[in-house]
Amino acid sequence: MDLFYFVIQQTWTFSIPLLIVALAGLFSERSGVINIALEGIMLIGALFGVSYLHVFGNLLPPQLNLIVALLIAGGTGMLFSLLHAFAAIHMKADQTISGTALNTFAPAFCIFFGRLVLGTQQISFENLFRIDHIPVLGSIPFIGPMFFQNTYMTTFLGIIILFISYILIYKTKFGLRLRACGELPQAADSAGISVYKMRYAGVLISGLLAGLGGLILVIPTSTIFNATVAGYGFLALAVLIFGQWKPFKIFFAALFFGFMKTIAATSNAIPFLLNLGIPSVVYKIIPYIATLIVLAFVSKNSAAPRAEGEPFDKGKR
Amino acid sequence: MKKILKSEGFSSFISSCIAIVIGLVFGLIIILLTNPSQALDGFLNLIVGPLKLGMTGIGRVLFYAVPIIMTGLSVGFAFKTGLFNIGTPGQFIVGAFAAVYIGVYWTFLPSGLHWIVALIGAFIVGGLWAVVPGLMKAYLNVNEVISSIMMNYIGMYLVNYLVKETVFDSLRSQSLPVASSAVIPKLGLDKIFTGSTLNAGIFIAIIMVILIYVILNKTKFGYEMKACGFNAEAAKYAGINEKKNIVLAMVIAGALAGLGGGLVYLAGSGKFISIVEVLAPEGFNGIPVALLGLSNPIGIFFSGIFISYLTVGGNLMQQFGFIPEIVDIIVSAIIYCSALSLMIKIWLGQRKSKNIKKIETKEGDE
Repeated sequence: MDLFYFVIQQTWTFSIPLLIVALAGLFSERSGVINIALEGIMLIGALFGVSYLHVFGNLLPPQLNLIVALLIAGGTGMLFSLLHAFAAIHMKADQTISGTALNTFAPAFCIFFGRLVLGTQQISFENLFRIDHIPVLGSIPFIGPMFFQNTYMTTFLGIIILFISYILIYKTKFGLRLRACGELPQAADSAGISVYKMRYAGVLISGLLAGLGGLILVIPTSTIFNATVAGYGFLALAVLIFGQWKPFKIFFAALFFGFMKTIAATSNAIPFLLNLGIPSVVYKIIPYIATLIVLAFVSKNSAAPRAEGEPFDKGKR
Repeated sequence: MKKILKSEGFSSFISSCIAIVIGLVFGLIIILLTNPSQALDGFLNLIVGPLKLGMTGIGRVLFYAVPIIMTGLSVGFAFKTGLFNIGTPGQFIVGAFAAVYIGVYWTFLPSGLHWIVALIGAFIVGGLWAVVPGLMKAYLNVNEVISSIMMNYIGMYLVNYLVKETVFDSLRSQSLPVASSAVIPKLGLDKIFTGSTLNAGIFIAIIMVILIYVILNKTKFGYEMKACGFNAEAAKYAGINEKKNIVLAMVIAGALAGLGGGLVYLAGSGKFISIVEVLAPEGFNGIPVALLGLSNPIGIFFSGIFISYLTVGGNLMQQFGFIPEIVDIIVSAIIYCSALSLMIKIWLGQRKSKNIKKIETKEGDE
């Protein structure tokens, strides 16, 4: 039973960053801008968040310090995504290429920044943020160990972000406009909506969440940040597609992918899986293959925003 | 004069040059921020360092250029057909694995043939790896960028596993060295360019550049591909089988990247496939190479050498305490500027039409 709880707890640590970053992708793509720079933005967010913890690790009580670090990660992610927004929206650039530029820049910059400013490429921090046992809730039998023990504040933050995203996209004027810009920007424009502004909003929210996601990934899984987020940005892209651009489907996709990551990482330690004799590479590959299969099946009536990747040209009808 | 100024190629060339200049200026600023006192020495080393090493430097530049010319060709060829092949890291590494596997085990082949077969293996496997995104794009209209990204990770994890299972050197935790008959012959190039591991791979890259140039510009097949790239609908109505062309374009692109992988790991330069969960950087580097080379095979050849030159220069900068990653930062700035090239071109176009008017009025005056 301990093993079962362990797997569930691990699944959360892998799933939550995937969820947040996939939602980041959602905001951008819903506004009509493809964002393959998620990986790079995660790196920048993680870099500055971790750097803050490296230098000011004992400035405030741990949980409060974590909030500051999260704000820094989100803020820097947002700033960095501005580069993508400018290229994609104002300069009508090929969005895949400008995303690639950000992805090339970020890891090099992390190494550069670490060496130059902090004197080390491997930025260490002290993980003081784990919550062993949430009072009252953690004592509930069965539910407690699954959700409220050995957890992080960020897990609940992820769930809150999920609900806020859903409400923002489906229940507000802003969300309606955002979706309109991703589906039929010309129509949105003629209805008096500024497509440029909405797309900037989409990409910037995307940057905020991706930056947050970067830090949220690094904190529970390591105590050093070494200029990598292990391809989670691209995996989040897969989560987004697997979840068919819908917040709650994305949530379940993230859980599935996180579970697969957990199994791949722990299959040697779980007797049941060890006896099955399936090499861990299979678990590692399954999320990607599953995404390909989903892509193949739903492509005929794809749920992808229709104007995704097309620069908006006011003069075009 | 008017003709040159008006030509599409010229303005693209200028916008590439602008991108390079902006990238280098950006790099210089970064270097200045890092260490102002050493900045000039460091930057000079980046710009002229490889040349100062003489033949050794040139040999190194050519050697590192080989794989990125191949992946650049891969990206560029797909671009011409309207496809963005971001799957080069995956194709590169599966090609590399095929080459290493054949290189280690197929020792029954005569020595003159062994390395050639290994390279052909890399070429074929790289091509096969691109079949999936190609078919999905052609028949299911799945965005090739997304499917290629998935194939990249599948390829990386699979190769890590296969290396461990088949050609593993457990002491060093990397792939086994290939048989000497599978090492690409040096043809005396290491004597000319002493201190480098340059080999016949550079000639293979040149042959591929020429071959792709001929396919694109001199054959019906290449014409059809470009037609699909310009306007898939129009190509379809003109009776071109656009589905077949999409699949073939992806497969050829994948094969080129796979061959690049083979060329690196059969070079006998002490590079082995190591078990790391990182996508092959040579694959991604094909993107800036193709962008700077304007997807033109000849252009890709030179931009490959240029990026490789920067990489060698970046390594030389280390003696002044600068990190070689500065080159990646410069390259990313170059990619970013290339992405903006549409606007640069429009801006150039406005300038140009003014200039042309000036020339015209002058001619009119005379």
